[in-house]
Amino acid sequence: MIAYITRRMLYAIPILLGVNLLTFVLFFVVNSTDDMARLHLGVKRVNPEAVEVWKQEHGYDKPLLINAKAEGLEVVTDTILFTKSLGLFVFDFGRSDNGRDIGYDIRQRMWPSLAIAVPTLLVGLLVNLTFGLLIAFFRHTYIDLWGVIFCVALMSVSGLFYIVGGQYLIGKLLAVVPISGYDTGVNALKFLVLPVIIGVISGIGAGTRWYRTIFLEEIGRDFVRTARAKGLTERLVLFRHVLANGMIPIITGVVVVLPTLFMGSLITESFFGIPGLGSYTLDAINSQDFAIVRSMVFLGAVLYIVGLVLTDIAYTIADPRIRLN
Amino acid sequence: MPLMRYLIVSAGVVSVLSGCIDGNWNSPYPVADRDNNTLYSSFSERPKHLDPVRSYSSSEYAFIAQIYEPLLQYHFLKRPYELVPLTTSKMPEIRYFDARGRALRTDVSMDRIAFSEYEIEIQPGIQFQPHPALAQDGDGTYRFHALPPEQIAQAHTLADIGSTGSRELTAADYIYQIKRMADARLHCPIAPIMDEYIVGFSQLAESIAAARESQSSTHYLDLRRFELDGVRVLDRYRFRIRIKGKYPQFVYWMAMPFFAPMPWEADAFYSQPGMSDQNLNLHWYPLGTGPFMLTENNPNLRMVMDRNPNFRGEPYPTVGSDEDAALGLLEDAGRPMPFIDRAVYSLEKETIPYWNKFLQGYYDASGVSSDSFDQAVQFGDQGQAGLTDDMRERGIKLSTAVSASVYYMGFNMLDPVIGGDGMRARKLRQALSIAVDYEENISIFANGRGIAAQSPLPPGIFGYREGEAGMNPQVYRWVNGKRQRRSIDEAKALMAEANYRDGIDGVTGKPLVLYFDSASTGPDAKARLNWMRKQFERVGIQLVVRATDYNRFQEKMLKGGAQIFQWGWNADYPDPENFLFMLYGPNAKVSHGGENASNYSNADYDALFERMKNMDNGFDRQKIIDKMLALVQYDAPWIWGYHPQSFSLHHDWYKNVKPNLMANNTLKYKRINVQDRTAYQSRWNRPVVWPLFALLAVVVVSVIPAVVTYRRRMRKAAL
Amino acid sequence: MPVVFITDGLLFGLVFMVLAYAIYASRHPHLRLPWKKVARSRMGMATLIILLAYVFIGLLDSLHFRPQLNSGSGSHPIVYSNEVLSVLDIVLQPMREHQEKTYSEPFALHLYSKETVESSAGVQQRIYPRLEFGGRHLSDPSQRSDDIISIMLIAASKALFAWLLIVLMVLSLLAIKHETPLLGLISKVVRGTSEIPWRIILLTLSVVILIGKVSYDLGLSYHVLGTDKVGQDVFYQSFKSVRTGLVIGTLTTLITLPIAITLGLMAGYFRGWVDDVIQYVYTTLNSIPGVLLIASAVLLLQVYMDVHADDFDTLEERADLRMLFLCLILGVTSWTGLCRLLRGETLKLRESDYVQAATAFGVANSRILSRHILPNVMHMVLITIVLEFSGLVLAEAVLSYVGIGVDPTTNSWGNMINSARLEMAREPIVWWSLMAAFIFMFTLVLAANLFSDTVRDAFDPRVQAER
Repeated sequence: MIAYITRRMLYAIPILLGVNLLTFVLFFVVNSTDDMARLHLGVKRVNPEAVEVWKQEHGYDKPLLINAKAEGLEVVTDTILFTKSLGLFVFDFGRSDNGRDIGYDIRQRMWPSLAIAVPTLLVGLLVNLTFGLLIAFFRHTYIDLWGVIFCVALMSVSGLFYIVGGQYLIGKLLAVVPISGYDTGVNALKFLVLPVIIGVISGIGAGTRWYRTIFLEEIGRDFVRTARAKGLTERLVLFRHVLANGMIPIITGVVVVLPTLFMGSLITESFFGIPGLGSYTLDAINSQDFAIVRSMVFLGAVLYIVGLVLTDIAYTIADPRIRLN
Repeated sequence: MPLMRYLIVSAGVVSVLSGCIDGNWNSPYPVADRDNNTLYSSFSERPKHLDPVRSYSSSEYAFIAQIYEPLLQYHFLKRPYELVPLTTSKMPEIRYFDARGRALRTDVSMDRIAFSEYEIEIQPGIQFQPHPALAQDGDGTYRFHALPPEQIAQAHTLADIGSTGSRELTAADYIYQIKRMADARLHCPIAPIMDEYIVGFSQLAESIAAARESQSSTHYLDLRRFELDGVRVLDRYRFRIRIKGKYPQFVYWMAMPFFAPMPWEADAFYSQPGMSDQNLNLHWYPLGTGPFMLTENNPNLRMVMDRNPNFRGEPYPTVGSDEDAALGLLEDAGRPMPFIDRAVYSLEKETIPYWNKFLQGYYDASGVSSDSFDQAVQFGDQGQAGLTDDMRERGIKLSTAVSASVYYMGFNMLDPVIGGDGMRARKLRQALSIAVDYEENISIFANGRGIAAQSPLPPGIFGYREGEAGMNPQVYRWVNGKRQRRSIDEAKALMAEANYRDGIDGVTGKPLVLYFDSASTGPDAKARLNWMRKQFERVGIQLVVRATDYNRFQEKMLKGGAQIFQWGWNADYPDPENFLFMLYGPNAKVSHGGENASNYSNADYDALFERMKNMDNGFDRQKIIDKMLALVQYDAPWIWGYHPQSFSLHHDWYKNVKPNLMANNTLKYKRINVQDRTAYQSRWNRPVVWPLFALLAVVVVSVIPAVVTYRRRMRKAAL
Repeated sequence: MPVVFITDGLLFGLVFMVLAYAIYASRHPHLRLPWKKVARSRMGMATLIILLAYVFIGLLDSLHFRPQLNSGSGSHPIVYSNEVLSVLDIVLQPMREHQEKTYSEPFALHLYSKETVESSAGVQQRIYPRLEFGGRHLSDPSQRSDDIISIMLIAASKALFAWLLIVLMVLSLLAIKHETPLLGLISKVVRGTSEIPWRIILLTLSVVILIGKVSYDLGLSYHVLGTDKVGQDVFYQSFKSVRTGLVIGTLTTLITLPIAITLGLMAGYFRGWVDDVIQYVYTTLNSIPGVLLIASAVLLLQVYMDVHADDFDTLEERADLRMLFLCLILGVTSWTGLCRLLRGETLKLRESDYVQAATAFGVANSRILSRHILPNVMHMVLITIVLEFSGLVLAEAVLSYVGIGVDPTTNSWGNMINSARLEMAREPIVWWSLMAAFIFMFTLVLAANLFSDTVRDAFDPRVQAER
C-alpha cells in the first residue's frame, strides 16, 4: 500500500510539471507582462517607466521560457517560468502580484468554501439516498416513472435559475435569511442556509437518478433474490442488502469529490458573496493575477491527483478482492 | 404515530431557533450590533493600494480619504467647489519670483515668473491615530522598530504586534511624504507631474534610486537623509514648497491624498524584514491623522473603520446656502465631527443582492443602477427627477449631481480614413457627430441621467457655458430657445460633400466600413453595440464592432491601432486644464503615452492651451477657452458624448448627504439616526414563514399515498 | 450572396453524417435492433419529434446570406449589406423588425415604463405610451382579448387542417408500404396498438404544429413573450438562440471526436509507452480547472481576431468563430472522459477471439483498428454524444455568466439569462426574458435527456438481459 502511494505520488510530479507549463503557456499567450503591469498600476496616468519598474520588482522582466542571453544552466533557470514555478512544488505559493501572501489567503478562504461544500455534500447525500431508495422501492410503478421524469426535469434546469430563483423567493419575498454575504464563526450559519439548500436542490435530479440505477442494479442480483426468498421483509432487504452493497459505488463516488471540495464553487460563491477559494480563482482570472491563478491551478491539480489515489484506496477497502499494483 | 411526534419536535425546534435569532432573520449583521452607531456600506472592488502615495482610484479613496488628511480639502457645502484648509491653519500663501530670485508682485505677467513659493502652516496639536509604529518606551526608543523575526512571523494583523502609541503631526511628516513620491519603487502615479514642477524633484529621485541600488530592496531607506531642494522646513509647523513657473493647479494636488502626511516611523516599522510577508505594510494598514482608522482589513469579506480616538474634532461647516439650510444640512453646524463611531464596508459584487439589501434597509445608501432606475426614480412634469411613490413611502431620499466627467467617442486622428487634418475626413467626422444621437443614448442606456456634451468641459467647471453660447454649432442648431440636433439629412449632405454619398466611397465605389473598438462587456453590451451600429447605418456607414478586453483595448490605444473608440475621463480637480489637456498635442497617446487618446494635434490649439493652462480664472481665460472649444468642435476629433449625472439614494435615517464630486473625505460629515433605522428595518423585514409550513403540509399530504402503497406492498410481500 | 459560416458547414456535415449512419445502421442487424427498440419506445419517439422541431429551426437559422443593398445597375457594382441574415430571419422578419423602445410585457399594448409625452395641446404627461408595433391594429385596447382569441382560433384550425393532411399522407404511405388496408391501420393507430407508436408520434406532432402556428400568428401582431431592454422581441431572440444551443451541444463533441477516438483506441490497443503518454496527456488536461482553460482560450481567440481584424468582414463572422472556438475548448475539457472509456473498451476487445485471430493472420494494425475495433465501440461514442448534449447546453449559460461564453452579440439563452439577472431586481420585475429562456431551454434539455435515456437503454446489454 505505502509503496503504491509513493509510486503514485512520484507519478504526480510529471503531471504537475505539465499542468504548470500548460497554465504558464496559456496565460502568457494571451497576456503580456506589460498587460499585467498596466492592470496592477491602475488606469490613470500610467507611463512606460512605471511599467518597467513594476515588472522588475515582481520578477517579470526576464524572458518567459528560455533566456537566450544567459549562459550554462541559466538559460533555463533565469526565466519567468523557472523562478515562478520553483516554489510551487514545495507549496510555497509566494506573493500575489498585488503583494499578498497567497498561502495565507488560501488558508483563510478555504474555510468558507468548506462551510458551503461539506453541508451541501452531506445533506445532498442524505436526501438523494432517501429519494433513490424510495424510487427503487416503488420500482416499476407510476411513482418510479414520474420520479425519474421529475429527476430529469430537475436536471434540465440551469443552475443559474436555482440561484436567482432561490435568492428572489427565500431571501427577498420571504425575508427569512440574508440574500448574500458571509460572516465568521456562528454568525456564518444564517448565510449558509440558502446556498446549501440551493446546492442540494440543484443536485437532487442527477443524484437521485444515479442512486436509483445503483440500487436497481443491486436489487437485480442473486443474493437479493435469495434474501427475499428466505422471507425477509422488503424493508430489511432494502436496508440490509441493497443499501449496504450499493454503498460501495456511492462511497467511492463521494471520495473522488472530497479533495475538490476545497476548491469551492465559482458560481455559488460569487453569487452569494462568499469569500471562498472559488471566488478567489474567479477574481484572479478577472484581475489577471497570474500568481494566484497559477497557484490555484496547481493546488487543483494536486487535489485531483489525491482524489484519484483516494478512490483507488477506497476501492480496495470496499472490495478486498481488488489489489493495488 | 412517530411521524406526528417528529413533527411536533421539529416545530418546537423551529420555535426555539426563532427565539434565539432575535430581530430580523435576514439581517446580514450580528444582532448585537443592531443599535450601534455604525454606518453600513459596501465595496464592489477590493482596494488595491491604501498607500496614499500610490492610490489613485475612487475605490481606494473611499477608504484612505477618511484616514489620511492632506493639507487642504474641498468645502463640503459650497458650490462652485472651493478649497479650504484641512490641517493647515490658513490657505497657503503664494509668492512669485523671477529667474534671479527676486520677489514679484502677484499681478505680474506670467512669463516673468520663474518660481512660485507656497508657504504652508499646519495646525499645532494634531495627533496621529494610535499605531504600534509610534509606540515608544519611556526612554523614547521605539518599541517595535526592531522586532525579532519570530514575533513578526506570528503576527497576522496589526493588533498582534502589541500596544500602540501616537505623536503630534509636524511639517516634517508632509515633507517625508513628498519625498516618497520621488521614490520610483513606490510607483507614485503623479511623480512625472511633480517632477515637472517641484524644484529638485528629479535630483532627489535619482539619488534615491542610487541609494536603492546599493542596498537590498527590503531594507529601510530613511528618506529624511535626502535633500529636496524645493521643499524647506521653516519650523515645527511651517514649511515651504518651491515650484517652477506658475502653476495655479498645484493647490488642487494639495487636496489629494498624495499630499497626506506620512510619519517616517511608519516606513521604518513596516520595512522590518518579514513584515510585508505577513501583509503588514502601508497598503494594508494605513497610519493617518483623519477622523477614522482602519481596524479590520479583510478585503475578502469586509473593511471596518473605527473612529480615531485621537481625532481633534474638526467642527462641521457652518456656512452653506439657504437651500442647504432648508434641507437640514446645517443642523449639525459647528458640532465636532465625526458623528458615527464605526463604518462597515461589506464586499458586494452582484448588483441584485446589493440593491435588495438596500431596500431591506441593510445599506444606508445606494447608487442607482440603470436597472433599478425605473423602480426608484421618475421624472416629473417638467422633466425633473423625483422618486417613485414606492420609494417615497419608504422614506428614501434622492440626490443628484452632474459629475465632473465625460464619456466620449473618439476618432483616432492617425487613422488614414477617419483621422487627419484633411477636409474629407473632417466632414466625415462632422457627419458622424450629427448621426450618433447621444440624446437617445442617454435616454435608453442611462435612463436620461446625463447631459449631451458640447465639448470636453462638463458643467461646474470653469469655461463651461450654458445655452446657445455653449452649444456645439457643428452638431446643433438653436431653435426656439432650445438646442436641437441637426437633422440626419444634413449629416448625409456632409457625407456627400466628403464624397461618401450614401456611404459609398466615390473613389473606389465600395461601401465605407468603419471599425469600432469596444471593451464593453456584460449584459448591456449587446444592446449598446447594436444601437451604435444603427446610428452609423443612418448615414449608410457599416460599422464593424471589434469587441476586446480592456487590457487589449489599452494596448491598442497605446499603439494607435484603433479607429473609433469610446472612453471616459474623471476629473482630478475642478479646472478646465484637467479636461482640455486631453486634446493637447504633446499629450498624444501614441507618441508620448499621454492621455490624448485620439492623438489630436493642432498647433493653434496647443498654443492656446499653453497660454490658458497657467492663467487664473477670469475673462481672458474664458475667451481663450472659447476659442479652443470652437477649434475642436470644428475639427471634431471626438463625438463629445455625454456628462453622466450621478443619482444616489439614501434612507431617511442617513443625514448630511450632499453630493460632492471632488471631496472624498465625506464620511466624517455623515450622521445616522439609529433608532429610526432599527424601526424601519424590523418593519420591512418581517419573515414570512407560512409558505414553509405550507410546503411541509404539501410534503406530508403527498407522502400519504406513498405510505398507503408501502403498506399494501408490505402486506403483499408478507403473504 | 450566400455566406457559409464554419459552424454552418459543420452543422450540415453533421446532419449528413447522421443520415449516413442511419443508412449504415439499417443495413447492419446488430445496429438496427437497438434502434428499432428506440423507435418502438413512446418516450423516445415523442422526444425525437420535439428534438427534430428544434433541429429544423436550427438548420433554418444556419442558411446564411448577405442581403443585397442596391440593384447593381450601371457603373456601380452590387453592394451587399454588412449584416448577415439567415432564412429564419426572413421567416421571422416581422418579429425581427418590430422593435419597440424598451420593455413591454407579453401581449402588452403599452410600454412597461412611463414616459413623458407631449400631447398635441402642448401639455406634458407621464403615461405608458402605446407600443409601436404590438397590437397596433387595435384601435381600442379593450378589443385585445377578443382579437387574441380569434387569431388563436383561426391559427389553430389552420394548424389542425395541416396536421390532418400530414396524418393522412403518412398513414397512406404506411398502408402502401405494408400493403394493409388504410382503415385497419387507422384503427390500430388510434387504439395505440401499432408496432411503432404512431399515435404518440402524430399527437406530439400535432402539439408542435399547433404551438408553432399559433405562436407564429400571434407573433405577427403581438410580442408573445414581450420585449427586452432595447425593445427587441423576446420570442424572436429565443428562436435565434436555438441554433446556438444546438451548435454548442452537438459540435463540441463532434469536433473533438477524432482526437478522442484516435487516442482512446491507440492507448488501449498498443498499450506500453503509447498508453503512458496518452494517459499522461489526459490526466494533465483533466487536472486543470475547466474555467481557466476556457477563459484563456477565449482570450486567446480575442487576440487572434484583433491581430487579424481584416479577415472578418462581419460581426457575425467573429461571433461564429468565437462560438466554434468555444466548442473546441469545451471539447478539450470533455474529450478525456470519452477517451478513457474507449481505452478501457479497447483493452477488453483486444483480447477477444476475433481480434486475436486477425492478429495471428498478420492483418495490419490500422486495419484491425478500423475494421474490428472501431465499429464495436461506436455505440459508446454515440451514447456519449447524446448524453453530453444537454450538459453542454446548460454549460453555455453558466459560461456566459462568467463572461467567457459565446459572443455577447450572439443570441443565446445564456446571454438572455445573464441579462435577466438584472431584470429580476427590478420592481415590478421583468420576468419574461428569464421565463422564455427557461421554457425553450428546459424543453430542449428535457427532450434530449429523455431521448438519451431511451437510446442508452436500447444499447445497454444489461437492460436487454433483464427484459
